[in-house]
Amino acid sequence: MNTQLLIQLLANGLIVGTLYGVVAMSFVLIYKATQVVNFAQGEFLLIGAWVCWWLLTKYQLPFYLGMPITLVFMLIFGVALQVCVLRPMIGEPVISVIMVTIGLSMVFQSAMKWIFGTNLQPFPPIFSSHAVDVFGLRIQTVYLMSLVVSLAMMAGMAWFFQFSKYGLAMRATAFNQQVAQSLGISVKTVFAMAWAISAVVSAVAGVVVAVVNGVSAGLSAYGIKVFPAVILGGLDSIAGAVLGGVIIGLLENLAHFFDSEYLHWGNLYEIAPFYVLIIILMIKPYGLFGTRDIERV
Amino acid sequence: MATQSLLPAGDFHTSYAADTVIFPTAAGRWSAVAAIALLCCAPLVLSQYWLSILIQIGYLGIAALGLNILVGFTGQISIGHAAFFGLGAFTSAYVSSKLPVPVFFAIPLSALIAAIVGLVFGLPAARLKGLYLAIATLAAQYILLDFFSRAEWFTGGSVPAIAAPFSIFGFTLRGDRQYFYVVLAYLVLSYVLTTNLMRTRDGRALVAVRDHYLSAEIMGINLTKYRTLSFGLAAFYAGLGGALYAHYQEIVSNEGFTIDRSIMFLAMVIIGGLGSVMGTLMGTVFMVLLPEAMEWVSAALRGGPIDQLLALGKNIAFLREIAIGAVIVLFLLFEPDGLAHRWRRIKAYWKLYPFSH
Repeated sequence: MNTQLLIQLLANGLIVGTLYGVVAMSFVLIYKATQVVNFAQGEFLLIGAWVCWWLLTKYQLPFYLGMPITLVFMLIFGVALQVCVLRPMIGEPVISVIMVTIGLSMVFQSAMKWIFGTNLQPFPPIFSSHAVDVFGLRIQTVYLMSLVVSLAMMAGMAWFFQFSKYGLAMRATAFNQQVAQSLGISVKTVFAMAWAISAVVSAVAGVVVAVVNGVSAGLSAYGIKVFPAVILGGLDSIAGAVLGGVIIGLLENLAHFFDSEYLHWGNLYEIAPFYVLIIILMIKPYGLFGTRDIERV
Repeated sequence: MATQSLLPAGDFHTSYAADTVIFPTAAGRWSAVAAIALLCCAPLVLSQYWLSILIQIGYLGIAALGLNILVGFTGQISIGHAAFFGLGAFTSAYVSSKLPVPVFFAIPLSALIAAIVGLVFGLPAARLKGLYLAIATLAAQYILLDFFSRAEWFTGGSVPAIAAPFSIFGFTLRGDRQYFYVVLAYLVLSYVLTTNLMRTRDGRALVAVRDHYLSAEIMGINLTKYRTLSFGLAAFYAGLGGALYAHYQEIVSNEGFTIDRSIMFLAMVIIGGLGSVMGTLMGTVFMVLLPEAMEWVSAALRGGPIDQLLALGKNIAFLREIAIGAVIVLFLLFEPDGLAHRWRRIKAYWKLYPFSH
């Protein structure tokens, strides 16, 4: 047994897993606030990363300018999406809402391919990366940066929901829309805000992945990987989403380890989360921390 | 109901059977017969290009019909329809080339096998609803696709599988012109069967499950049975369409069954009209012609200023996907009942012309 490889893969899993956690968190944010399952979550990463890449390479903006502009763009984008497309869908059947987000994801994905091409583009180096030793492991500093950014975003999100006025308003809306409305909370604003925050957080995750791996259409795969994570954690639990993301990240790399060491099936790490997804849906569809309000039929 | 207003004045139904008849008017019945007769003559006059489009509409229309039973009539959702389409295609290719089964029997057989697998995936569906089901079928899509790329004995792995051409009584049908009739026969058969299904107790039970599952259960409808059954039926039609696709292409590879194809099936059903049998066919025609129409437009614009600005030639694939996605979103926003509804409105308008009341 190759212990060194195992530990290396587990470290990878942790780093990728926290990124999944961040994306899952922004997915759950939308679901919790607006009851929309967003199949276009991965495209938020994609758009954020491409816009940032474009500002940094085409206009040669420094990162500290390019990143805020990207985030402002994503903020407007998220609000516009909610107001123009998702707001008219309120009250429509679940199937229609899901289909709208699937349609949106298709539009965005191919629009990005159309505008920026299909090739992997390296991100302009933001700071010099070199390998450091952490507990005897060789880890690139960009990976550590990615871990730190993810954790910071999670902490920021936790603070937002625990202590800020708007965060509390969002939680109230998620709990009960009518009660929230009677307390003077504008549900419309909360919905728009949920999409905006989700888009911004996803864009940060997208840029982080882009800095590490470069920008390509493959980024939207994060939007698909998010499903095993959120189902595992429970669809309406933000903490569950984070934990689910980390577990799926670790699991992927464990599957990769067993695959490369023993099974030699190839490609197992891509498909393993979906088997887990099916199993969870069969035995515990509300996940680890989700509300148990699924109607058993 | 818009269709009711199309009946002649003073024509009142006195029995339940008369109320559920497929063609309420003689004109409707004869126009359906005429349409089929016209299609039978199509291979004699149409060019190869149009014939291939018609065949494509045929096998995709059958598969989309299955999805409409699932999504439109039973109110379940599936994002993995293309995987069952692929399963049918690979099964038919395998059965007809590796086993001593003639193609004539391989097609329904592979539809049956797809239906059995569909039932297996439908079992969790019987307990899940809405978005959970959507996610479960998404997983099914990836798992089945992964299986296709892994199972070399079955699909040939990275090498495409070869499907034998269609033959009956030792007489092999070669070329589009002859294969067209096979597809047409299956298309008419499945549409007639489905229309009939919706007039039976089982069909009404499916609709009841969609409309209000609690009431349906109280009325004695076994929810688990009908939810699973609709999954099996959907997979059956998908497998049938896939098998027809396999013997048309005579070569089956993994790329045709990705999630994009699943979304395309969903788009067909939504654009045609959820819960409308004929709407499914309209949606299929729309979705097959949409990329072709874009191709014509781009060919017409070739060399022009718009072409130079957008680089249509190399980006047409992306534009096509954008169009498919945009059409889904726009239809859901502005015409959620689909083309079938629009068609009924047009018919009602002309029926009452020039007095709209």
